[in-house]
Amino acid sequence: MSNILTILVFFPALAGLLGFVIDKNSARVYGVAIATVEFILSLFLWMTFDASNPTFQFIEHFPIVKDFGISYYLGVDGISLFLVVMTTFMTLIGMISMSVKDEIKNMVITLLFLEMTMVGVFLALDAIMFYVFWELSLVPMLYIIGAWGGPLRVYASIKFFLYTFTGSLVMLVGMLIVAYSFSQATGGVWSFAITDWYALGFDMKYQIGLFLAFFIGFAIKVPMFPFHTWLPYAHGQAPTIGSVILAAVLLKMGTYGFVRFSLPMFPDASVLMILPIAIISIIMIIYTAMVAYAQEDMKQVIAYSSVSHMGIVMLGIFAMNSEGISGSVFQMLSHGIVSGALFMLVGVIYDRTHTKYMKDFGGLASIMPRYALVFGIMLMASVGLPLTIGFVGEFLVLIGFYKVSPILTILAGTSIILGAVYMLTLFKRSFFGPVTNEANKKLKDLNANELVSFIPLVAVVVWLGIYPKPVLSIIDNSVNYTLSIMEKKAMTPEAKNIIIVKNSKEAK
Amino acid sequence: MVMPINVNLSDLNLPLLTPMLIAISGGLGILVIDLIKSNLHKSLYVMLALMIFGADLVTVLGTAQGRGFFDLMLFDGLSIVSQILILVASMLFIPLALTSKRFHEFSYPEFFALFVFMVAGLQFMVTTDNLILIFIGIETSSLALYVLIAMHNRFYSFEAAIKYFTMGAVAAGFYAMGSAVIYASTGSVELWQISEALKLGSENSNIILITGGAVLILIAFAFKLSLFPFHTWAPDVYEGSSAPLAGYMSIVPKVAAFTVALRIFSIYIDLGLQSVQSIILILSVVTMTLANIMALVQQDVKRMLAYSSISHAGFVMAAIAIGTTKASTAIFVYYALFMFTNLGAFTMLWISRHKVKAFSDRFDHPYEKFAGMIKIVPMGAVVMALFMLSLAGVPPFSVFWGKLYIISAAVDADYIALAFIMALNSAIAAYYYLKLIVYMFLKDPIKSVDTVYYNISKPLMVVVGIAVFVTVGSVFFFDKLHTYIYTMMLAAGF
Repeated sequence: MSNILTILVFFPALAGLLGFVIDKNSARVYGVAIATVEFILSLFLWMTFDASNPTFQFIEHFPIVKDFGISYYLGVDGISLFLVVMTTFMTLIGMISMSVKDEIKNMVITLLFLEMTMVGVFLALDAIMFYVFWELSLVPMLYIIGAWGGPLRVYASIKFFLYTFTGSLVMLVGMLIVAYSFSQATGGVWSFAITDWYALGFDMKYQIGLFLAFFIGFAIKVPMFPFHTWLPYAHGQAPTIGSVILAAVLLKMGTYGFVRFSLPMFPDASVLMILPIAIISIIMIIYTAMVAYAQEDMKQVIAYSSVSHMGIVMLGIFAMNSEGISGSVFQMLSHGIVSGALFMLVGVIYDRTHTKYMKDFGGLASIMPRYALVFGIMLMASVGLPLTIGFVGEFLVLIGFYKVSPILTILAGTSIILGAVYMLTLFKRSFFGPVTNEANKKLKDLNANELVSFIPLVAVVVWLGIYPKPVLSIIDNSVNYTLSIMEKKAMTPEAKNIIIVKNSKEAK
Repeated sequence: MVMPINVNLSDLNLPLLTPMLIAISGGLGILVIDLIKSNLHKSLYVMLALMIFGADLVTVLGTAQGRGFFDLMLFDGLSIVSQILILVASMLFIPLALTSKRFHEFSYPEFFALFVFMVAGLQFMVTTDNLILIFIGIETSSLALYVLIAMHNRFYSFEAAIKYFTMGAVAAGFYAMGSAVIYASTGSVELWQISEALKLGSENSNIILITGGAVLILIAFAFKLSLFPFHTWAPDVYEGSSAPLAGYMSIVPKVAAFTVALRIFSIYIDLGLQSVQSIILILSVVTMTLANIMALVQQDVKRMLAYSSISHAGFVMAAIAIGTTKASTAIFVYYALFMFTNLGAFTMLWISRHKVKAFSDRFDHPYEKFAGMIKIVPMGAVVMALFMLSLAGVPPFSVFWGKLYIISAAVDADYIALAFIMALNSAIAAYYYLKLIVYMFLKDPIKSVDTVYYNISKPLMVVVGIAVFVTVGSVFFFDKLHTYIYTMMLAAGF
């Protein structure tokens, strides 16, 4: 199957189109079936993936707009492989656990279209194609938040759309400038292929400008402080499934963009920006952790903790060494799984009680022991307890950034402490102590359907927490390759100093 | 003694006139048919008009490029591209008369005759580089258009027609004055001679006179293209006209006006007259920004679309100031893609047209009318949303490629700031298009309406179908489209 990437990208959308004729009552099963097939396809991709090859594989490349250099260009490397697998996995789990009742058919179709755009973003190697999927992902999300969300859903969905749309248009201009520079450098040949762009060098002034143009597009998506204000609204109003996909996958698009575009294309500017970005990241980590502590609403706690964890991811990316970036990519996966799971857990209790406020709970552990156990595991993973998936990424990021700046790393390390503070507070107030609310005594524990969706998540959290190597080594391989591109391109001595390519151990 | 004029008939190159002659004689034919037998159904005239435009289009494609008719006519790549756009848009427009409900204007064959004459006028306008013939073309088409608007037979239509007529007359005045000034400073009304004269005498000629002429003509075109601050007529006129005619006005006369504007102002820009270029740039930026902001606060979808098309015109106007071949290509690539989407959007309004204003005392198409459309007519809501997303520039729909191309042209010519302004404007514009989507998808219907599809008929569905097809599938033929237009522009020297 040499065209497996095309199938991966367009199969969900095609199935979504066919979904219009499915009967309303069968729509959900249809959705789960399609998502399962898609997940199996992505596993198949992983199985056939050549782990020793750090460059792009399964490439499909042919021109669409020849004179203008736009092409149909798909490919996968170690960095995008697991993001794709994570996307299909979380879509499947989200689809199984989905509690939406009304208009379920529209929801399933929307989710399938969304899955196409998400997989497309991670697999596209042509900038315009990337941009197409990137923008297109806004539309289904707008609909999910706006149609199934809470009372402020319209405001939240429009805010989400406009923020991201504005940022990405600035990025589009940046892309056009890069493409134009490419055509100048090659004497009139246009190309939007990322791999072609990697070979292109810019002088410092240009690099900084372009870096900033891309930065705005990606930073809003991540979301980085101070562009993060859309996220709590979006999470607060979105239905559970919307929050799960948003936290697990959509936010990763931004950080993925940094790894895929900003670093290899503008290495000198990236190195120059380490300090400002590290400071913003640390503000994200500490400030949003504090905000999270102050929340009454469980969902908001997790939403702010997302921002805080994305700060860790950003920090790792700008460590410019293999530990940091690999850690970041791993942290993207772990955050995707853990925060997705946490949002689903909040959704479980919300479906039963129609409240998300901690004050309405207390002593849940005695009523819903299984629920409390799963929640506890996910919570520990989120905090970064050793032997859970959250620890690996966070630890690597901190190691990586320690080489850049020990002081900033210590500040960033507070994330683990602060994370423990707000998460354990949440746990204490909702799960421990006496049952404060009589009505809660009748709550039912997790049912079979929910168990089916949570058990795989717990399994992954523990498995990758104990033995991350199969995933990490593949990521590391491609990250090193990206670093070597950066090292070759770097012009300034500072950049050459900071970018560290690990000599591949296999070679020794 | 006046020398006798010796004209060789073959030098006149009369075949150049065939496309316009087809249109004119076709229009006359429609009138003659009406004389012979009255009370024929509108479908006959629609089909006749379609055939006239079809034949016209075929001859346009088949005519060799060149000059003719005492060198008055200039049949170059620019004129071909713009005639194709005009004719295709007209062919899309004319079936919209076949609604399921009766409308006053379509019962008159004169409507169709006038429409065909208008197209002939527009064709003359773009197929010449003579200032006087351009003027005649503008006036022929505009006079016909005023009447077409007024025929809609509503209170607001008369207001619209008179408003448009007054503004058109002012614009014509400015145009005449501008041409006179240019003639005074260069001694010619032929654009190529003007260009030569300006190049030769750019040092010693009166710069104020030259710039003044350009500015006067620019004002005239600012009226026609509804650029700030001469745009105020547009929303009222669009609101008063029938929806398809409004959609038509937002595209075809503008394509023709852009063609002529490109012919005239490219002379100045090639000459390096900074002042003219800056004025155009400022006009363009202000137009797109202000129109966007005005569109944000509209309560009526048609008025919103009116402001949006003003903003799109401002967007495209920047391409004239940029002045590269890519920018000139961008104008037509943009309009070729915008055409289908915008006409589709206006057609959707046309489909939902009611005789009575059921939702608001003031407006025909307030946002509330479309509330909860996804629950009433899901397909209609999805199609309308597609058009809105496309207009907002969401990829991969048609207008996105146009925007991409124009912004890219700006970047290539080193107008980075302009490119960013364009990008930010697209972001502002997204809000008001989204607003309609929000009403359609996220709100509940205000009344139990079963008549959102009030005016639907098979031909209208076909037109919408074509528009959807182009909007969604544009990525597949964007390559061919821009290559074709680019070669044509290059051949014409723009």
